[in-house]
Parts: sequence; structure tokens; C-alpha cells
Amino acid sequence: METNKNFIVGIFDDEDILLEGVEKVRDKGVKIHEVYTPFPVHGLDEALGYKRSRLPIAAFLFGLTGTSLALTMQIWMLGIDWPMIIGGKNFVSLPPFIPVTFELTVLLAALGMVATFMIVSDLKPYKWPRQFDLRSTDDKHVMAIDLAINTNLSSDDIKRILKEAGASEANDKNFE
Amino acid sequence: MQVVSGVRDPLVTGGKTVHDVSHDISRHVENPPAKSWYLAMAVSLALLGYGLYCVFMVLWNGIGMWGLNKTVGWAWDITNFVWWVGIGHAGTLISAILLLFRQKWRMSINRAAEAMTIFAVICAATFPLIHMGRLWLGFYWALPLPNTFGSLWANFNSPLLWDVFAISTYFTVSLVFWYIGLIPDFAVIRDRALAQGNQLRATIYNALSFGWEGGAKTWMRYESVALILAGLSTPLVLSVHTIVSFDFATSIIPGWHTTIFPPYFVAGAIFSGFAMVLTLLLITRKVFKLEDYITIYHIELMNIIIIVTGSIVGIAYITELFISWYSGVEYEGYAFFNRVQGPYAWAYWSMMTCNVISPQLFWFKKIRTSLVATFVLSIIVNIGMWFERFVIIVTSIHRDYIPSSWTMFHPTMYDIGEYLFTFGLFFTAFFLFAKFFPVINMAEVKSIVKHNSEKVENKKVAESTHA
Repeated sequence: METNKNFIVGIFDDEDILLEGVEKVRDKGVKIHEVYTPFPVHGLDEALGYKRSRLPIAAFLFGLTGTSLALTMQIWMLGIDWPMIIGGKNFVSLPPFIPVTFELTVLLAALGMVATFMIVSDLKPYKWPRQFDLRSTDDKHVMAIDLAINTNLSSDDIKRILKEAGASEANDKNFE
Repeated sequence: MQVVSGVRDPLVTGGKTVHDVSHDISRHVENPPAKSWYLAMAVSLALLGYGLYCVFMVLWNGIGMWGLNKTVGWAWDITNFVWWVGIGHAGTLISAILLLFRQKWRMSINRAAEAMTIFAVICAATFPLIHMGRLWLGFYWALPLPNTFGSLWANFNSPLLWDVFAISTYFTVSLVFWYIGLIPDFAVIRDRALAQGNQLRATIYNALSFGWEGGAKTWMRYESVALILAGLSTPLVLSVHTIVSFDFATSIIPGWHTTIFPPYFVAGAIFSGFAMVLTLLLITRKVFKLEDYITIYHIELMNIIIIVTGSIVGIAYITELFISWYSGVEYEGYAFFNRVQGPYAWAYWSMMTCNVISPQLFWFKKIRTSLVATFVLSIIVNIGMWFERFVIIVTSIHRDYIPSSWTMFHPTMYDIGEYLFTFGLFFTAFFLFAKFFPVINMAEVKSIVKHNSEKVENKKVAESTHA
């Protein structure tokens, strides 16, 4: 997919026009590569037919790892490896272990989820993203349409469909 | 039937467009800083330099340089630690708890408040680290490493060790949350730099933005990450000051051995944190001309949180006094009698005036919407909250069980110098942040420009009066 070079780029000025536009464009049988927006537009993921993110599951699993790691560590260190009498209490008593267990659960859930997010979204400091239009981080919503997977339509057709769907501009974008 | 609720004040004034948001925030990163910035930076660096000298002297000679004595073994160090950690709490409350409650007014203040959190936690952490005396051995004492790599492990029954985990988790998660929010905004600055032909700035900010492109799929995941981080940070922030209060509450010292400490400390933390947010934002707003983004409405809402948390703190003070008498424990009773009447009564009554009486002034709309009054009161609240910690710590231990060891605490120049060091550190970091990072979360503010700006609100008013 990254090797495709020729795109048509539709520029939308307003998020509500964009949301309707996405549906109109998809109804016409055009496959949308991706829509780049300056801020999260609610409902755009459903309009584009994206499935819900599974990151919450990742967060839960990392959190569970943190909980078990913390409990194992504390029980093993103070209960098995080197039991110490502290205030005459049991070697392994759960209540004093809860704070550290809670903190490590949160720590691992947060770090694990963010790391997963970075990896699946391909975010890394040395990467230059493909920029379809520089205004997509400022105030324009940019819809990129890959010509290689929309072979049934000519580029003029796509531009016409984009304009009808409410785009203020429809431009060619070629990556060398 | 249609219910029409009252129209709320707009969150963005001045008829701003989405492009205006990018421009108004990014230009402070792009333009050279004003003269006042250099002046402020010079003052902070001077404080930092003097403070570093004091810290060096303490590390070189040992913590005997402080004014501690055999009765008062904890004083300014732990007071300052708790004070700074408390200040940090407002940032997480704004970014996490207000996100869960869908409070849109958080959007233009969360970035600066979270930055404040991170810098405040760094400042807080310096105190226990330096109190270790031999800082370089701290790893053996604070982390679960076997002592001298031989036998014993760290004691997981100790609240001081819980603190190590709580503070370091809090710092890490806050930092990650803050940085995740910054990523799309760094991309805005990168793309503006590309359009202006500044390749160097574009490269730096592209690296900072992790090559962000803002695709719908990435935004979808991003929002999911933000929501879960908020959900994780909410119990985390409550746990942090709870655990800080356990440092005292699990001891047997009269005046510390109190079950109301956790909620009382958390309310106090949010109280002082909001005061610090106001102090910082009132200056930032003025210097960066952000009046259209941080409006009087925002300031009023923060002042309302100050009334609420200030009143909780006030009730906690009175409950504490009542219980010390009602419990019938004579040591407990004396600890509080000594606070109110003893040689540190001036500190107790400063605390009462600053924390209980002064925030009640915000009941008057004129005062809570006045910038000058808010600024003055925000500083008074922070002075009061410093005294609260000082009163809890020093007055509880300076008269212990044996009257022959009763004494007073006198800070030395090194106690004061180290406190100044953290001010230097905090403001140096904050001014650097204000210069090089976008001080307002552009992506979030942009998402509300269309529906919460002045223009739209006026239109809604016109429509509701017609109907």
C-alpha cells in the first residue's frame, strides 16, 4: 500500500460537511485511502467503516501483568526469599502489598498501551509521514483517494464526485 | 416537549476560526521570545544557581546543614515535598477527571496544568532524594534490590516505599499523558515550519511529533488511548496523595495518626494545585495574549473548584480539632491544643486564615471574576497550604512525649536555599515549556471552535429568544 504513488486529494473546510461527504463518496463506490484531520472528528471512524480499536484489551492485559508481577515480587521477596519480622505481623499479609500492586498495575497498563499505540500507528521520531496536504494539521480535512485501487473510475470522475460531496478543492498528489 | 437549557458562556471568544487557533498558539513557538521572558528566565536561573550551591553544600557536608535536631527530624524537606506533590494534583484533575466528566472547559488549560504537574513532581522528588544524604546510595534503599545484593529486600510494609512507587508511577504516567497530547500539536508546528521553509525546525518538531499525520484511524486509536489514560490517572492521582498522607497517618505520632488524612490531603492537594494553575495561567494568558482562549469564564470555574476544595479542607481542620477532644486521648488533645495555642500558633492561624477564610471570598461573583483578586488569593492559598503542611509536621513533633526534649525548629540558609532551588527549577522548566511547546492544546480547542465559540453561542441565544 505504501508503494502507491498517485492520489487524488479532496479538501474539506468543515467537519460536518466532511462527515456527509465521506458517506456520499463511499456511496459512489470510491474507496477512500484515509482522511487526515486537524482534530478528532467524532463519527468519522464509523463513517469510514473502521472497527473499534482493541487498545482497551491491550491495556487490560498489560494491567493484569502488572498486578501479577507486583504481587509475585512482594510475596516472593518478603514471604519466601527472606522472611522478615516487621512489627510482629505475618510475613505475607495482603493489605500492605496493595499500594505497590495498584501502582504497578497502572504503570504497566499505561506504558504498555501507549507503546502498543505507537507501534500499531507507526509513530516513531525518525519517520517522515506522507503529507498529502500541509494544511491537514491546520484547519483543513484532507481526504486521500488512491488511484491504484480505484481503477474503475477516472481521476476526473473522482474529482467530480469529491466536489459534489462538498470538497472545496480536489487536487492531484503524486509521490516520487 | 423540548427542554431548552440555559446558554453557557462561550469557551472561545473573539470569533476565532480553526486557523486562528493554530496561528495564535504556534506563533509563540516560532517568534523569538519577548524581553520579559529573558528577564523572567534570568531570575529563575539565578534562583536555580543559588539553590544548586545550597544543595551541593548539603550533599557534601550532610543533612546536618539543615536546621533539624533530635526532636524535629522532619521539617522543611517533607513540608516542601508534600506541598509540591499537592500542587501537581490539579494538572491531573484537569486533564483526567474533567475529561471523564466531559468538561470541555478543561481543553484550553490542560496543557499548561499538566506541564505544571510534571515540573512540580520533579521539584517534590528532590526533597526525599536529598534527605537520603548519600543520594548515590538511594537505589539500594528505595528500589526492591537486595541490600548490598546479598540478603534483605526493601520493606513493602513501609508507606515510604509505597511513596517511591506512587510518585514514580504518577510522574511517568503524567509525563506520558502530557506527551501524547503534545504529539498532534508538534505536527502543527512542523507543518507550519515546512510551509515557512524552516527545515531545521520542521525536522526537530517532526521528531517530537513522532511523524504524526493525523489519519482518521490514528485519531480513533488516539482518543481511545486518551480515554483509558484518563481512566487510569483518575484513581492514580487519588492514590498518590492518599499514600503521601499514609507517611503520617500510619505512624503513631499524635496529630498524624488520623483516619481522615487521605481525603483531607487529596482535597488540599487539588485546592493548592488549582491556586498554582491560576497563578501561572493568569501570567501566561497576559504575556501571550490568550484572553480569547482562557476566558474569565474559565477562571471563574477554577475559582469555584477552589471554594469547594477549600471548604472541604476547612471542614477537615474543624473535624480534626473536634475529634482530638472527643476521642479523649490526652496526647492527641495536647497536640491540637499546642497547635492552636502553643509557640507555633502563628503558623496555625496563618493556615486557618489563608485556607479557610480567604477562599470563601470567592462566593462573591465580583471577586471570583476579578483577575487581580484571583491572582492575589491564588498566592495566599498557596502560602496557606505550605503552612498547613508545616503545622501538621513540625507542631506534631516539636513537643514529643518527654518535655525535656521539647524544642523549636529554626531553618538554616540551606533549608531556605533548597526551597528556592525548587522554585528556580520549576520556573526555569515552565518558562522553557512556554517558549518551545504549544501552551494550549490546539487539537482539542479546534474541536470545540465550531460549537462553543462566541459566534455560535450568540446565534443560539437569538434562536432561543425567537422560539
